[in-house]
Parts: sequence; structure tokens; C-alpha cells
Amino acid sequence: MNQNKYYIDFQHKPAAHCENGATSNLLNHYNIRLSEPMVFGIGSGLFFSYMPFMKLNGLPVVSFRPWPGTIFNRNTRRLGIEIQRYKFRDRKEAMKMLDENLAKGIPTGCLVGVYHLTYFPPAYRFHFNAHNIVVIGRENGEYLVSDPIMPGIERISYHDLERVRFAQGTQPPKGRMYFIKGISETFDLKNAIVEGIKQVCKDMLEIPIPLFGVKGIRYMAKQMRKWPKKLGERKASLYMGQVVRMLEEIGTGGAGFRFIYAAFLQEAARELNQPWLNEISDEMTQAGDRWREFAIIAGRIFKSRAGQEENYQAAADVLLDIAGREEKIFLKLRHIKLS
Amino acid sequence: MKKKEVPQDEGLSDGLFEDICYALDDDGHYVVVPTTGFQPKTDALLQAWDVIHEKIEEVRQLVLAGKLSPIAYFMEKNIMDARLLADYMGIPKWKVKRHLKPKHFNKLDDDILDRYAETFNINREQLKDISVIQEDKNESK
Repeated sequence: MNQNKYYIDFQHKPAAHCENGATSNLLNHYNIRLSEPMVFGIGSGLFFSYMPFMKLNGLPVVSFRPWPGTIFNRNTRRLGIEIQRYKFRDRKEAMKMLDENLAKGIPTGCLVGVYHLTYFPPAYRFHFNAHNIVVIGRENGEYLVSDPIMPGIERISYHDLERVRFAQGTQPPKGRMYFIKGISETFDLKNAIVEGIKQVCKDMLEIPIPLFGVKGIRYMAKQMRKWPKKLGERKASLYMGQVVRMLEEIGTGGAGFRFIYAAFLQEAARELNQPWLNEISDEMTQAGDRWREFAIIAGRIFKSRAGQEENYQAAADVLLDIAGREEKIFLKLRHIKLS
Repeated sequence: MKKKEVPQDEGLSDGLFEDICYALDDDGHYVVVPTTGFQPKTDALLQAWDVIHEKIEEVRQLVLAGKLSPIAYFMEKNIMDARLLADYMGIPKWKVKRHLKPKHFNKLDDDILDRYAETFNINREQLKDISVIQEDKNESK
């Protein structure tokens, strides 16, 4: 183990969502200043999927985000930024490569599991393997970490960093690391925004499987009505809890990223000089407010643990309303053009 | 959601971080607003922990009754199943399942016990000492 000290001068800015934060902070290090909503929008981070046949701890997979890594990859691709990614079989090799990067002064993104992340609040430590951090130095055998969720720079031991980089379970990170190799002098932000928006519209409207996007929301609503009868009170209430945890998990900025996306649309309106996007942003805010209403109704179910059949129906009604609203939003948004 | 509507309910971050919410200011522009918590979210997390704690307690009783080995207890405590524990240990799942039985556990050599202990972030003595499990209370937060 080498004992050298490295400390990259890195501006740590907390964000709602870890991948936005890591991406935005890394870009900022190379003088590309983009806000969290902007990174989220360009990366087409808004999504919905409901996959009842895939189970996580016995509960169906519900997700409000695309596959981990997508936001970083799309941003760098759309902005013409050259990146390098690695994954490893060998743990020591993974740590050595990281050390070499730090020695060269390159802040390096790592995909990690949160269960053994020592500085994380205990109530949030599940076996969740898609957390993003940026390693920015090492000192006295400890690594210095810019974790977008945390207010300041955190420290983690060699042993613990190796452990979280090689967390096991669903989607093991396998030591994955990524960093920026080079940036193009002139990147086309406007075009990147338009591409980001078009992709979200596609993801939310056009995937021909009813588990994704607006169709996925409708499908979940339909299933939800049957949960109490089909699963029994206890299980149905756990299903409901799962949906709310995913909707409001750390980093969604509230309401399954809908508010961050509305913030992005405001920025996009300014950047592209297309004021109509402000109206769409308002509509997205309303959709977000409805998601919050949904969470409150769902909350009544798992707080009391009582049957409350009518609450499942009410929650499903809200979901259908949301699906309708979001469908309208993306049908309008997909006509976006560079002025 | 407006800035003043951002919920500031009970949260579970122990003050270690603040969750961030995006909300509208008085001029209708989006700004970042810290939030201590949102009750349905907190309740959903607590629900998940309740389920985990119930399971741990169930297994704890079985271990104390001599029906399962201490590994079963620490496996639950680390929110693992045999599959995940086997992945962490780098051994086949059927072996882990065998080690969950007291009869096999008692025959394990120190080397493998140490590896289990390390996976659970404890030491070998704690892994073998049943009184640790006896005194371990698993109350919900």
C-alpha cells in the first residue's frame, strides 16, 4: 500500500441525487459549470418502470430512474467529453488504478455499495449497489471522498473503500470507476438539451412494453387496485411502502425527480430562449405535486396497517391522473426543436 | 411545490446530511430547499426496518434455542441471505446453508470463522459467544 499524500483541489457541491452530483462536480472540475437539474435533463434522468416479476427482497422492482451510469454517460456523450471507464476482477488492481489516478491529480468517480459505507447514516444503509462517489485524495491511509449526498468531504479507510467498491448482491459494482480524459473546446449545450429532452419523451412514451414510462404508471395503477385482495393486507402494505421508498428515496429531490425535471425545464427555457418550456415546467410541477399526494395516501396505508381498501383505490386513481398529465407533457415536449 | 410547502417532518439521517428538495420561490423560480424529512417517506423506511427487525428477532430466538448457528443471526443482522453471504465469502451457497446448522458450525476451523467474522465486522470470539446474541436487542429506530 503506498502511503503518499494526494489532495486534489476539488469543489464539492452536495446534490439531491448522487449521479447528478458526481457528474456535475466532475464536469465542474474541468470548468464546465452545469447545475444539477441541467445535468439531470441532459442525461434524460426521468423515467418510470414497474417490473412485478423482478423481486428485490420479495418486493416488486419499481424505479424512477434509468440504469445507473446512464446520466454520466449521456452527459459526456452529448457534450463531446472524452471519458475512461474501468471495471475490475482483481481488487488490488482496482485500488492500484485508483491510486495512480489520484497521483496524476485526476478526480475519479467510483460506483459503490452503500451497506458498508461507514460515514452513511445507519437507517439508509441497505445493500444498494448503485451509489456514486468521487475520490479526490488520500492521506494517512484514508481516502478523501466527495459524496454528493454528504455536506462535506468524507474519509474512508483503504479496507472499507475496497469493500464498498466490491460490494456483492444485485448489480455488483465490480470496482467500476470512471473519469474525464479530455473535454472539447466547444461543446453544444443547446443541442445537448434538445437531445436530452427528446430521449426522455421516447423513454416515457414509446417503449413498446407496458412496464415502462406512462404505460408503466397505468399498469401499476391497475395492479395496485388488486393488491389488498391478491396479496393480503400485510404484503399489500409492504408493496405500497416499496413504491413510496423508491419515489422518495434519497436524491430524487422530491416526487420521483419530477421537481428536478421541472427545474431543468425552466433552465432549458432560458438557455434555448423558448418560453413555452416554462409552461411545461409548471405542468411538470403539478404532476410532482400529485405524486406527493399519492405518497401521502399510500402513507396512510402503511402507517396504520389496517385494511383500507378504499385507500388503494384512491392511490390508483391518483396514479391514473398522473399518467394522463405526464402523457400530455411528453406529447408536447417531443416536438422540441433547436428554435 | 412551493418553498414554504416543502415538508420539514421527522427524518432518519441523524443530522448527518440534509435531503435536498427542489421547490418554487415566490417568483416562481426553482430553488434548492433543504428538508429534514417527509413523513410518508420516513414511515416507508421505518416499515422496511420493522420487517428486517422482526426477521432478526425470529432468527435470534431460533439461534438461542439451538436450532440455528450464530452465523444465521449475523447474516440476518447484516440484511443478507445465504446467496449474498456466499458472494461475500466467496464460497458456494450450499456451504453457507450448511454452516447455518449448529452441528456444522461447531466443526468449523478458525480460518473460516475469521472470514465470517470479518464479513460481519466482528471478531471470532463475538461470533462464537452466544451471550453476545442473547444481549443483542434489535429495537426499531
